[in-house]
Amino acid sequence: MSTTASAGRTPAAPGQPAGPAPGAGPAPATPTAPSEAAAAATLGVETVARTMAEAAPEPATGITGAQSLVRSLEAVGVEVAFGIPGGAILPLYDPLFDSRIRHVLVRHEQGAGHAATGYAQATGRVGVCMATSGPGATNLVTPLADAYMDSVPIVAITGQVSTGSIGTDAFQEADIRGITMPVTKHSFLVTSADEIPQRIAEAFHLASTGRPGPVLVDVPKDVLQARTDFSWPPRIDLPGYKPTTRPHGKQVREAAALIAGARQPVLYVGGGVLKAGASAELAELAELTGAPVVTTLMARGVFPDSHPLNLGMPGMHGNVTAVTALQKADLLVALGTRFDDRVTGELSSFAPNAAVVHADIDPAEIGKNRRADVPIVGDAKATIAELVSALRAEHQAGRTPELTAWWEQLEDWRARYPLGYDWPEDGALSPQYVIERLGAIAGPDAIYASGVGQHQMWAAQFIRYEKPGTWLNSGGLGTMGYAVPAAMGAKHGRPETTVWAIDGDGCFQMTNQELATCAIEGIPIKVAVINNGNLGMVRQWQTLFYEGRYSNTHLSTHGAGDGSPKQVRIPDFVTLAEALGCVGLRCESRDDVDAVIEKAMAITDAPVVIDFIVGSDAQVWPMVAAGASNDEILAARDVRPVFGEGQV
Amino acid sequence: MTRHTLSVLVENKSGVLARVSALFSRRGFNIESLAVGPTENPDLSRMTIVADAESQPLEQITKQLNKLIEVIKIVELDGGAAVQRELLLVKVRAPLADRTQVLQTAELFRARVIDVNVDTVTLEATGTPDKLQALVAVLAPLGIKEMAQSGTVALGRGPRSMSGAGTLRPVDQRSA
Repeated sequence: MSTTASAGRTPAAPGQPAGPAPGAGPAPATPTAPSEAAAAATLGVETVARTMAEAAPEPATGITGAQSLVRSLEAVGVEVAFGIPGGAILPLYDPLFDSRIRHVLVRHEQGAGHAATGYAQATGRVGVCMATSGPGATNLVTPLADAYMDSVPIVAITGQVSTGSIGTDAFQEADIRGITMPVTKHSFLVTSADEIPQRIAEAFHLASTGRPGPVLVDVPKDVLQARTDFSWPPRIDLPGYKPTTRPHGKQVREAAALIAGARQPVLYVGGGVLKAGASAELAELAELTGAPVVTTLMARGVFPDSHPLNLGMPGMHGNVTAVTALQKADLLVALGTRFDDRVTGELSSFAPNAAVVHADIDPAEIGKNRRADVPIVGDAKATIAELVSALRAEHQAGRTPELTAWWEQLEDWRARYPLGYDWPEDGALSPQYVIERLGAIAGPDAIYASGVGQHQMWAAQFIRYEKPGTWLNSGGLGTMGYAVPAAMGAKHGRPETTVWAIDGDGCFQMTNQELATCAIEGIPIKVAVINNGNLGMVRQWQTLFYEGRYSNTHLSTHGAGDGSPKQVRIPDFVTLAEALGCVGLRCESRDDVDAVIEKAMAITDAPVVIDFIVGSDAQVWPMVAAGASNDEILAARDVRPVFGEGQV
Repeated sequence: MTRHTLSVLVENKSGVLARVSALFSRRGFNIESLAVGPTENPDLSRMTIVADAESQPLEQITKQLNKLIEVIKIVELDGGAAVQRELLLVKVRAPLADRTQVLQTAELFRARVIDVNVDTVTLEATGTPDKLQALVAVLAPLGIKEMAQSGTVALGRGPRSMSGAGTLRPVDQRSA
């Protein structure tokens, strides 16, 4: 919140809080330069709280609620909103027409929600989506649930039927505030036009501070049409919302003492570290301790894959070394992560000998799945920085961890069980190879947004992530259809960056209509469809656990599969791409992979879709079967790693 | 399972009760009783929730409740350090032949008669859940026509208040 009034449209200055500092309670938002104390109080939330006003907006009297809402969105620094108009929200779209906020007209509200998420994940700002009442709003439920599971700061604005009609089953009425209660951080129903600036300020404050998450603001049509006055900044009144961002010093010192005394520690790093913008702090901590780092699916890129301390991804499809390091550890330093079942496997046998330091901004995550020996509630950036200081003190006192034997062990596993894949026996193209080459050619500066399934796991495994914010995916909810709209949002937020959607043929058919949006709105994303003609991950489970009975997983995108001589692909993704205003390319052989990727890289003025026809039977390995212990990891089908007696 | 009484101060806004009850249902926590009412501060309501939980889930319950934006404060009120009361209204068959027995029972339990007619007597009783259960057990053989019982409301013993000292307002202001 700058105090200078100007009509300029420069981007918001980073690092300035949108409202009062977390923990400041219901104090009015004072438009003064942040004091040192205020800066300290917001430490670690900068990365998600960048949607600020660049200038104190002019007050206005006698305007409509809709105008007040647009002014409020401008005042919090919104630069883009993804949405579709409809009856109840129509009054909002009229003043939006004149606003400097760019509105991207999507083709389905689910696309709007995921685009807001992709935008938020790629930029660290709050993403915004809009929809009308009833079906428009209910179409946002999936992306809201998705953002909730992955703690992504987005704000959804929905129209609602007029207040007098609420509860009468009016046309296009749905209780979206009620429906979204369990899948949002908070949801508001605005009952008076005078509340609008405050509700918007509160929504953005809630979305972007503490543990980030989606917030819904439902605005009835008559509220949008009512006369009101506008002034900014409004009072933020959230007496029950006081996220703890500063870690407790005693807990940090206890954690440091455990780290200094550990023989087999692992830094178990989750998406919270990414959201806190704590990559630099994490690198410092890792190098100071010399401890191995594992980055969960949500944290890929927070620590460079090229770093020798990085063991890679743990979990159901993590690599053998990362999974086994957690199992054999004597200390887990869990940072911004939530002991998800896809990481722990069978909880009772997860890391059985490890003491646990668990640092998270959400106290409810600590002790939820695994008891923490040292719980630390705080923002990851502040927590890791303080851990580094406390560890330096331990080191100065002569207590340094002795990890030579641990690293000998880890390097042995690394050498014996590297990630790898076999080429399909039928001579088909290997999906892993396609993804590996895509990562190599597009490089570590590109953003990769993935759908959900086999291609997601391969993209997490075989692309080397070096920088934060370059890997976007639906980790918690596992939303098929996430990739294309999320890539669209990311590309809008970072137009100079190459953005690849890595999608499956199943996922792609759920949301590819947003390619029309990309083509028309000038958002040139690139899509690699890893087309194996099947719901590949489900098919893999059918192969492994259902005796190869492929019930309803064949999608005919390779052809009908009935042996007929004329193999008609339904749909034909190349012609589909062209119909949607994109460039459509196809690749069916290993020799063409590099050339087609390079051709797509060279096209910068239109969205590009490459249909990679890959083998149907490729599988994701390693794998820990659902519900099994991580000790039961298979490096490849029927290949159980041998860890050797007495090794650990 | 063990019973825990949580006193929860929440913002007095629409939808808060739905949020709290939905949270219990979604997270698989059991509510034994829930009572909501005004407090000395018109901006706040107090929910008294009796939940069945082991101690570990109880910690999860309070942490998840605390995450609700409209929840201000949660205190667990355990047996000795708190007073807990429920209200019972019970309509008992009381023809002339049995009426004396009904009224004597009411007196023993310090229940009040609040409605009388030819066939029935309606009693009002307050007390701990155990006391009210005992009253019901004694009245049952006489014939209970209908009963309504509130959830538990509770306050901590001693001079301290959850919302902080000095926030109590005179009754005339509160009812304004």
